[in-house]
Amino acid sequence: MQKYSVFSLIKNAFKGHKDWEVAWKDPTPKSEYDVVIIGGGGHGLATAYYLAKEHNITKVAIIEKGWIGGGNVGRNTTIIRSNYMHDENGLFSEFGMDLWRNMSQDLNFNVMFSPRGIINLAHSDAQMNVYSRRGNSMRLNGIDAVLLNREEVRKIIPMADFSENVRFPIFGGLMQPSAGTARHDAVAWGYARQADSMGVDIIQNCEVTGFDVSNGKILGIRTSKGDIKAKKIGLCVAGSTNILAEKLNMTLPIETHLLQACVSEPIKPILDNVVTFGAGHFYCSQSDKGEMVMGGDLDGYNSYAQRGNLPTLQHVLTEGIAMFPFLSKLKMLRTWGGIMDMSMDGSPIIDKTHIDGLYLNCGWCYGGFKATPASGWTFAHTIAQDRPHELNSGYSLNRFSTGHLIDEKGLGTKTWIS
Amino acid sequence: MLHIKCPHCGLRSQNEFSYGGDATVKRPELNKEVSDKGWDNFVYLRKSPRGKHLELWQHISGCRQWIKVERDTLTHEIFKTLKANEEA
Repeated sequence: MQKYSVFSLIKNAFKGHKDWEVAWKDPTPKSEYDVVIIGGGGHGLATAYYLAKEHNITKVAIIEKGWIGGGNVGRNTTIIRSNYMHDENGLFSEFGMDLWRNMSQDLNFNVMFSPRGIINLAHSDAQMNVYSRRGNSMRLNGIDAVLLNREEVRKIIPMADFSENVRFPIFGGLMQPSAGTARHDAVAWGYARQADSMGVDIIQNCEVTGFDVSNGKILGIRTSKGDIKAKKIGLCVAGSTNILAEKLNMTLPIETHLLQACVSEPIKPILDNVVTFGAGHFYCSQSDKGEMVMGGDLDGYNSYAQRGNLPTLQHVLTEGIAMFPFLSKLKMLRTWGGIMDMSMDGSPIIDKTHIDGLYLNCGWCYGGFKATPASGWTFAHTIAQDRPHELNSGYSLNRFSTGHLIDEKGLGTKTWIS
Repeated sequence: MLHIKCPHCGLRSQNEFSYGGDATVKRPELNKEVSDKGWDNFVYLRKSPRGKHLELWQHISGCRQWIKVERDTLTHEIFKTLKANEEA
C-alpha cells in the first residue's frame, strides 16, 4: 500500500496526481470467507480492520448495501467524548479515546482529530449537582472532567446568552477537555483503506437478502451478488438492524428512529469547543470550514426515512438560539437525517446471539460515531475469540431480561422521549 | 409535517400530538402468572418494521384522547386512524 506523507504528496504533485493508487479495490465476492461483516459503516469497517490487525483474520468480507460511509458515519455531528457516568460506558468510551488519539498515525490517514473539549451547560443548581456527581464518576474512571462556574463558562464561550432574565440562565457547566471532533468521512475511508490493504474484501452495492442457518448454526448469507458461505457473521447495520433481524426470526430490544442534523453557512471562527444546551437537547460545534454544526432531538416516532421533519428542526434550533442568540442571524446551508438503532436502555449491544457464529453490534442510539474505534476493536475481539471482551461484557443482549440495564439517562424504554 | 386525522377532532397537524409507540404490544394479563419471557417481550422487544406500523399517539394539545395510527415508517403515509379501543 502506498504510504501517505508530505513526500508522497510532493512526488505525486510533480506527476500531476495521475499515479495515486486506488484507496481500496472493488472485488467480486468470493464464495467463502472466515468472517463476513454486514454493514460497511464506520463500525463495520473498523471491525474488519481490527480483525485483521489484532487477530490476524484476513479472509474477511464487508457486505454493504449502498456505498461505504453513506450511512450514519457520514451523517453525524462528529462529536467524540467519554463523559459518561456509568462504568460500562465510561471505561468503554475512554478506551476509545486512546484509539482516537492515535488514529491518524495508526491508519496513515489524517482523520483531523481535534480534542477541543466539550461543555455541557447547566441551567439550575440541581443540574450543577448532577454534573458534579457525573464529573466525579468520570474522574474515578480516569476520565478528565472539570466543573465550571458561570464566570468560567463565560470566559470560554462569551457569545452564549449571559444576559439577565433569560428563561434558562447559565449556572455553569461540566467540561471534558479531552473530548473533541474528527473528520467523519476520513474515519470511514481510513479504516477501509487499511482493511483493504490487509486483504479484506469491501463489497459495495450488495444487499443481504437472507441467511443460511441450520441446526442453530450460521452457514452463510444470500446476497444480491450470490450466496456467500461464512464461518462467522457480524451484524453491524445500525438503523437497519431490525430489518435483518426479521430475516433471522429475531425480535430485538431496538426501535429505529430518525435524528436530524444541520449546518449553517460558513462564518469566521467563533466557537472552538463543542457546547451542549442543558435545558433541552441541542449541541453545537464549528467545523474547520466555518459552518456551525448542530443537532438535537430525535424526530420522535419510528422512522426509516433518512430525512427529517421540520417541526423537530424548528424546536431544536429554538433551543440553539436560546443558547447562542447569534445563530438566529445565520442562513441554513444543509439539513439531513440518519436512522438510529435506539436500544431500550440507551446503551449499545455487542454480543454473541443464540445462533452459533452470529454476532450482533447495534443499539448505538445517537452516540455511534465516537464509539467507532472501540466498537470495532471489541466487536473484532468478540468475533475472533467467540466471547466478549471485558470492555463490552456489560453490553450483553440478555441484560434486558436479566435486569442489568445500563440506563445512562434514566429514560427507560421510551427512546423517543428527549 | 405529518397531518394526522384524529377520529374525534378531524385532520390536525403533528404539532398537536405526542407519540406513544407501538400499539401492537400487549401487556400480559392481570392477575395471572407472568413468565420472565412474557415480561421481556412486553417491556423490551419491538418489531420496529420498515413499512406499515400501528402506533399510539395522544392528541395532547387537542382532545387529549389516545388514538391508534397506521403509518408507513419509510414514507410516512398514514393509512388510517382509529379510536384507542378500536381494533385495526
